[in-house]
Amino acid sequence: MLLKIAWRNIWRNRLRSGVVITSIILGIWSGLFVIALSAGLNEQRKVSVIENSISHLQYHHPQFLDDRNSKYVVAEVDEIVRQLESDTAVKSFTLRSLVNGMASSARGGNGVVINGVDAEKERQVTTIADHVLDGSFLPDEGRFPVVIGEALAKKMNVRIRSKVVLTFQDANSEIVAGAFRVAGIYKTVSSKYDEMNIFVRRSDMQDLLQTDNAVNEIAVLMNDFEAIPPFVEKERNTYPELSIQPWNEIAPELGYADEMMEIFLYLFLGILLAALAFGVVNTMLMAVLERKRELGMLMSVGMNKWRIFSMITFETISIALAGGPIGILLAYATIHYFQSVGLDLSMWAEGLQNFGIDTMVYPHLETKYYWSLAIMVVVMAILASIYPARKALSMNPAEAVRAI
Amino acid sequence: MMKPVIETQDVVKIYHDGSIDVHAVNGVDLTIAPGEFTALVGPSGSGKTTLLNMIGGLDKPTSGRVIVDGTQLETLRDNELIDFRLRKIGFVFQAYNLIPVLTATENTEFIMLLQKRPKEEREARAKALLKEVGLEDKLNKRPLELSGGQQQRVAVARALAPKPAVILADEPTANLDSHSTANLLDIMARLNKEEQTTFLFSTHDQRVIDRARRVVTLEDGKIISDESFDR
Repeated sequence: MLLKIAWRNIWRNRLRSGVVITSIILGIWSGLFVIALSAGLNEQRKVSVIENSISHLQYHHPQFLDDRNSKYVVAEVDEIVRQLESDTAVKSFTLRSLVNGMASSARGGNGVVINGVDAEKERQVTTIADHVLDGSFLPDEGRFPVVIGEALAKKMNVRIRSKVVLTFQDANSEIVAGAFRVAGIYKTVSSKYDEMNIFVRRSDMQDLLQTDNAVNEIAVLMNDFEAIPPFVEKERNTYPELSIQPWNEIAPELGYADEMMEIFLYLFLGILLAALAFGVVNTMLMAVLERKRELGMLMSVGMNKWRIFSMITFETISIALAGGPIGILLAYATIHYFQSVGLDLSMWAEGLQNFGIDTMVYPHLETKYYWSLAIMVVVMAILASIYPARKALSMNPAEAVRAI
Repeated sequence: MMKPVIETQDVVKIYHDGSIDVHAVNGVDLTIAPGEFTALVGPSGSGKTTLLNMIGGLDKPTSGRVIVDGTQLETLRDNELIDFRLRKIGFVFQAYNLIPVLTATENTEFIMLLQKRPKEEREARAKALLKEVGLEDKLNKRPLELSGGQQQRVAVARALAPKPAVILADEPTANLDSHSTANLLDIMARLNKEEQTTFLFSTHDQRVIDRARRVVTLEDGKIISDESFDR
């Protein structure tokens, strides 16, 4: 009967309850969608950085990370290659020769990271070749081809077949320069990355550096994301003299973003529910004060305090539960829809690309957040009922029953 | 002599209004036997409602003793008082005070529900009482669909349903027209005889006074007359 009374009481003032329930629906729906969008943006940024450049893990000479000098090469490359080729957990890997240098055209110059790669191997590890808009990704034929980002091409005013001179230091700190022809222009979701990274054939780079099989970086893609930590651990034990880092150590901001996202999600949900709780408290307080006589009667006829408290709590929970599941279902449907078709944010393309985020965003939210929110809604309702219920219990039944 | 169902012994109730002490009830000795149909009358501020509240366990006397159906109320703790009201007292209020979201049957069942009586018993008793008060065709109506007189009849049925020792009615006819008042008094008088339930009213209403078999008059918190009538 108490549940029946609580449920029917909600609909005594349909407009007021309707406004609160609608605010709960809209609050939860929009809150969850914003969270899913943030999670989608974060995930997309992470995936794009992993897929475009860093892959799942990398091997370096420990000093290379500090100095980025091409003389710091990975030792025992042949052995590592043999092992990577035989390990079933490894999907693919690529060897890179890296050097910082200057790219110059008739128009001007720009500091760049020159990535010397094997085109076919690189294709198997990163998606950089798929982002080539014009030309091709390091063809086998032709002399000294270079692939540059669109942002850099614009800055340097170069096109396909334009000449670009790359200048850098070799292992002996001698300045080396080479004239390259633009073979391809790529564009990733990050304009900053595009401006900073150019790709040449590893063999061409080694010719200029006058080194043989000098590898500064081995980037590895695993079959399974979960397999990364144990594999890194194993390799660190096998090659203690090398620096072997998983993606979240190579780009710690991505790992932090993942951790921060979880904290942020709960914080955001908490703030959202706290705001909604004030609306619920206000409504329930009005309902209690309007029903002084009725509550006075209930206390007079012998309804104990626990039952009165329960009735107010049931009522508050009923309001929250009338709106909560609808908001959650609505959010689930919306997120699910945009997760499959994507949300086009191309009108903010320039700003998003500065952060390395694609304009097509796929919001997503793990199931645990829906359950967490459902539990949080019930907890919010119970907390929101405490003050109105205490207010009801503080009434003197003899006075309340005569209240006007 | 039959053991009284209500007994007050030198009951005093003093309210503190700032620095002034207001003696709302001032040494009242009253004894009411089971089955009586008594009106507590007097001008506003004479202490009727205060006395009724103390008998009903809604208020505690400053001094003196209130004994209802053998229970000495001032010795009870708050929780025990709540349970006492639930088991022993039926209340009828001036403003009916039905639960708006429940039907006439559900309202009548409500106190029995709090007493955890079985569903079948509750339903049968509620229907029988609503028939007694002439509302057998309004069983599923909610209070807002009933007239004032009909609502007060539901309130009487609700108060009677758990078979309390005493029904306390605070100005039960104050909001009713003549016809509804006469009708309600007929019903209460009949149920008083049929159910042998003790009725104690506080009232100004001459129509109620004319039907009471005992009239106790209060003035300034004291009983100034106590008359019985053979009606």
